[in-house]
Amino acid sequence: MAAVTTSAQAAAVHHDAHAGHDNYAAQLRMNRLGLWLFFISEAFLFGGLLATRFYLWGDTRPELDQEIGLIVTSVLLISSVSMRLAETAMERGNRKAFSFFILLTALFGLIFLGGVMIFEWGLFPAIYEGHLTPWGDKYGAVVFAMTGMHALHVVSGIVFIFIVWNLARKGSFSKERHWGVESCAIYWHYVDVVWIFFYPALYLIGTAAHVTH
Amino acid sequence: MQLTSLGLVRGLIGYFAGLVIGMATVVIFRLVLGMPAWDEEAVWVGGIIFAIIGFVLAIGAMSDWLKWTRGIETPMHHGPPADKPAWTRYFAVDYNHKVIGIQYGVTGLLLLIIGGSLALVFRAELADSGISFLQAGTYNTFLSMHGWVALAAILLGVGGMANYLVPLMIGAEDMAFPRLNAFAYWINVPAIITLIISMLYGWDSGWTAYPPLSLRGPVGYQMVFFAIFTIGLSSILGSLNLIVTMLMMRPKGMTLFRMPIFCWAILATSLIQLTATQLIGQAFLMLSFERTLGMPFFNPLYNAAGENIGGQPLLFQHLFWFYSHPAVYIFVLPGLGIISELLPVFARKPLFGYRWIALSSLAIALVGFLVWGHHMFTSGYGEYLRVIFMISTLLVAVPTGVKFFSWLGTLWGGRLSFQTPMLFTLGAISVFLIGGLSGPILATTATDLFLHDTYFVVGHFHATIFGGFVFPFFAAIYYWYPKMTGRMYNETLGKLHFWLMTPGFWLMSLAQMTAGTMGMRRRIADYDPALGVEPVHLLVTIAGFVIAFSILLMIYNLFTSAEIGAIAGNNPWRSRSPEWQIPSPVPEHSYARPISVVGEPYDYGLAGSQYIAMSGAGDD
Repeated sequence: MAAVTTSAQAAAVHHDAHAGHDNYAAQLRMNRLGLWLFFISEAFLFGGLLATRFYLWGDTRPELDQEIGLIVTSVLLISSVSMRLAETAMERGNRKAFSFFILLTALFGLIFLGGVMIFEWGLFPAIYEGHLTPWGDKYGAVVFAMTGMHALHVVSGIVFIFIVWNLARKGSFSKERHWGVESCAIYWHYVDVVWIFFYPALYLIGTAAHVTH
Repeated sequence: MQLTSLGLVRGLIGYFAGLVIGMATVVIFRLVLGMPAWDEEAVWVGGIIFAIIGFVLAIGAMSDWLKWTRGIETPMHHGPPADKPAWTRYFAVDYNHKVIGIQYGVTGLLLLIIGGSLALVFRAELADSGISFLQAGTYNTFLSMHGWVALAAILLGVGGMANYLVPLMIGAEDMAFPRLNAFAYWINVPAIITLIISMLYGWDSGWTAYPPLSLRGPVGYQMVFFAIFTIGLSSILGSLNLIVTMLMMRPKGMTLFRMPIFCWAILATSLIQLTATQLIGQAFLMLSFERTLGMPFFNPLYNAAGENIGGQPLLFQHLFWFYSHPAVYIFVLPGLGIISELLPVFARKPLFGYRWIALSSLAIALVGFLVWGHHMFTSGYGEYLRVIFMISTLLVAVPTGVKFFSWLGTLWGGRLSFQTPMLFTLGAISVFLIGGLSGPILATTATDLFLHDTYFVVGHFHATIFGGFVFPFFAAIYYWYPKMTGRMYNETLGKLHFWLMTPGFWLMSLAQMTAGTMGMRRRIADYDPALGVEPVHLLVTIAGFVIAFSILLMIYNLFTSAEIGAIAGNNPWRSRSPEWQIPSPVPEHSYARPISVVGEPYDYGLAGSQYIAMSGAGDD
């Protein structure tokens, strides 16, 4: 009699564990779809900003510092590589490498942000005199709107990175279950891809216009 | 029970604390930067942003997520709060989709009443020519507020129907992301408070908020911008949740083409909400930045040489209508889904052309993205665009016509019964027909050039919205009332509501269109009696008050029937839909066992047909 009960309990426990596994897999699929739908939604926001740029500027562009643009763009692109390395490290269960690469990604992000704030925006005239003000003309307004909206996403990405790094330090993720890391990585790549569209729109397309006020 | 244990009260405290902190932050920031401390625009903007965040934090809509960031797991709590009366869950963060659905629906109804009351006030002013009691500025504020309050009411009403019904209809326990669902509802509340505060300062452009007027008016605009931005965020998150729920959580056997037809309507609606809403958020944010920081997006700015180095007002209209035209389909598609859902039940016949209806919703949603320019025929954009937008707009009539013919096909030869929900469904079809037939007249450039900005547009718009949203929403309320409360509404009062409201609305709509063709412009506080529109306006005003009175009857009916109505039973309408096969009111965990789908959803009257099977049924 006791043996029967035990096996029934064991079956129940097994069933629960199995259900838990199914739940996690189902939830993961929903999370992924949700995240991608969020990206589709955001694409319309960034698309709207690009439409604004082409509507107001046409085939002209502002005079921006080309070297600075190239450097910050390269830094951001490289940060996607380090993010990929961090995610791979997590998949292999290599905690040390994960921490190193994800913090390196955040550092690249901060460098990008610094480049935007100091050089593109000219927030610190003592270091670098900016070319544009948000209220000066349509070039300033759109540059600040586009880089500002993108920078907001970079900042939230960096915050996301620090949360994930901290959670990993506490041991919240495993080789198999690390949705937090995965979503952080996809988000970072997404913000990167947005910049791939923004960079030519701001720096490359059209002839540089010299505005007289 | 302490008052502060109620979530809503904590939220309100958070709102006003946030308002003060935000304003103080801006003042301190300005002082540090060496600017004059007070600037109405900047201080209010800071206050509003902090207030909205303060509300959401204080009510606890983000508590679980904030815990997750620190690695604390939060198991899902089911059922009413343990230490408080059960009704308090409706005034606090609750993750059950049925609670959230009712929260959305009741808030939507409340806003509909506020928005309608605002209209009654300026309708009374318009009943005769000359300024009687509303000064022009107040008139403009009331008119503009009527627009956005009513549109917010519709968005919330749609959210209510979708949140309550979709998980029930697909046999899911809850939405895919319950916490996101609660968050998406609760950010509406501070947004609505902000919208109402805007009346303190007023704003005068109508709901469209076209620059340059919206860049010059009082600071009330800033509150509108952030309120609508926040409601838009709610739309995006809510629709994301619904799409994932419908795509991933259907039971075994329920293919996409075996979903209840209302789900198709919500799927199409959600696709628009998910994407287009970003554009109005962006447009309003740009207006706010232009007002606060002087970034010239929309206002032209001329340099010494006379060149425009600033923005262009037309850009705003493009961004605005890219959302706001598809938004009309957000408002009507769920209602049209309700019509298709209810007709077979009351005709006891299969739904005519299920697949065509399902795909016509998607078609309307997709074509809806290509038509925004028909609002701008008189705005002065390139003339070649007029033809393109005219053709694309007229295309919308095709999938809409598919729906009408399917409804007629469903009614044809049916054994009809005329309870209140069916009456409102038929009323919706008649009213939507008025709106639909006046559409092509406005879509045609040649006629629109004369009718643009007249009362004809007002009549057309109200007919589509009443036919596409208000009538079906009321039908849905009466139809699912027994499922929500377990009791039946009062049928006599329901019928009285219908027979007052429907003729009232026909009269109002046709009179508005007549006034428009007689030369009455929209959005003006006074008019020249020589136009001859005075009697027409009087009719519109009387009809408006009749409609308002009939809606009060409904509110009375809903409140009293919850206490004294007859016990409804599980399935008073003999529906085949899954939600009617379980007890009324719906238990905390809707379905005791998973359901599976074994047949077509709308085979009413076909012998031996079966839609769903409850797995393990008969065990107890």
